[in-house]
Amino acid sequence: MRILKTIAAVLTLPILLIVLWWIATIDSTNPFVPRPGRLVEDFVTVWLGPLLVEQVLPSLARLGIGLGSAIVAGIALGVLIGSNRIVSKILGPVLEFIRAVPPPVLLPVLMMLMGIGDGPKVFLIALGCVWPILLNTVDGVRSVDGVLSDTTRTYAIHGWDRLRFFVLPAALPRIMTGIRLALPISIILMVVSEMYAISGGGLGSQIIYFQRTFQNGPMWAGILVLGLLGVVMALLFRWIERWMLAWYYGQREAEYSDR
Amino acid sequence: MTDDLRASATTHEPLLSVQHLQKIYPTPGGPIEAVRDLTFELRSGEFACLVGPSGSGKTTLLKCISGLMAPTSGTVTLDGKLVDGPPRKMALVFQEYGRSLYPWLRVDGNVELPLRAAGIPKAERQERVAEALDAVGLAHVPHSYPWQLSGGMQQRVAIARAVAYRPEVLLMDEPFAAVDAQTRADLEDLVRSVWKRLGLTVLFVTHDIDESVYLAERVIMLSSSPTIVQEDLRIDLPEERDQLETRSLPRFVELRHHVYEQIQKAKRGFNADAA
Repeated sequence: MRILKTIAAVLTLPILLIVLWWIATIDSTNPFVPRPGRLVEDFVTVWLGPLLVEQVLPSLARLGIGLGSAIVAGIALGVLIGSNRIVSKILGPVLEFIRAVPPPVLLPVLMMLMGIGDGPKVFLIALGCVWPILLNTVDGVRSVDGVLSDTTRTYAIHGWDRLRFFVLPAALPRIMTGIRLALPISIILMVVSEMYAISGGGLGSQIIYFQRTFQNGPMWAGILVLGLLGVVMALLFRWIERWMLAWYYGQREAEYSDR
Repeated sequence: MTDDLRASATTHEPLLSVQHLQKIYPTPGGPIEAVRDLTFELRSGEFACLVGPSGSGKTTLLKCISGLMAPTSGTVTLDGKLVDGPPRKMALVFQEYGRSLYPWLRVDGNVELPLRAAGIPKAERQERVAEALDAVGLAHVPHSYPWQLSGGMQQRVAIARAVAYRPEVLLMDEPFAAVDAQTRADLEDLVRSVWKRLGLTVLFVTHDIDESVYLAERVIMLSSSPTIVQEDLRIDLPEERDQLETRSLPRFVELRHHVYEQIQKAKRGFNADAA
């Protein structure tokens, strides 16, 4: 019963909006205005065919590699900066500067340096996604509990063991927050880089291609694909987070029920 | 009594020696002297309680002894070696049990981690973990997470972790200040039984006078801050302690009375130097 209620609560507004949209466009003859029926039709016929393999999969691969590199680099750098004041002072200003540059601006430069292949696109995604992960990791590492830190010291837990069993798990809630913030950035940068460098293909370049050839239906359907991708990624991430941070949510619940 | 002490001092080198320990904290409002001049020694196998009025620098002292904090002057030596970082032969049990256990590790994982870091082989680790959990009466919950347990049980996990580590000196910083009275009595008896069984040396910090007299063989009373040793008292109660019987012995009441008076004096600012 509760599940039904939840599903109803989640779906009511979208269904209402779609119905409104359907009513509003029922007599429309404007070729630039999408209609729900046509959109679904285009989505199925255009995007669920070979395009899925030829254009969507390469995009997903770039996004995966870019985001994955950002996670690895963000956590590694974040731990280094968060646990070492000197490193933090040396790297801080440089990182602030790089961070202030909007990532898409770097695309032309990156393409000159790295060619027009996947390299600059993946790099751009990684560069844009690394900041929220890095900053949250730094905060997470700096705010480890003092008593737990003393415990770790008195039991002579150093080096790799300290990192693996103390610092990383303690910072994990913040790291996950950083990754959650990076997800939409990764999609945006994936699309932008593909729209800019069309030759490599991908979701973004395909949408631009449809737009330039006045295939408005497939273009709108491509935007739907992007939206769905965002939703699926968010759901998947929430599931992973719940699983990895089971102890964190459990502890929080235990603390609340004490009061 | 002094003869007795001198005799044993010659046969046993002190295990833990605190000499003229002083700790001054620099603060924006000027330096604050938390501990002025503390000297005492613990022999191997002793159970000593440190009592003092609140704010008497007990935690500062314990942090210096455990090597977590460097004293401003004076020395701490363990087994003849100067303590300049947390020594291998020491384990520390904190008051804040909720913050001293790793919430992402299960009970057995918490007890095992220090052993793992020390490079002890897996089979031996498991054996020691099981043994320690059994000793504190937690053999039935090795796979629970700490936050699923009550406060008293969490502190038992912390004690099990210390026991499995097999330290020579067990330091306890007001370990039972945050648990209810019933649990507290159980934990007091648990610590005494563990102490006896394993032949540990225990230094137990508390602000609770009854607790100090009940638990220890020796009570070291501290003055209020800046701290010095106000009195070092032998507790000549029978070795078998019982929550009801021991606490109603006339000698217990006398000792308790004495410690209480000393602490009151300390609060009023009585200073052993000045006296």
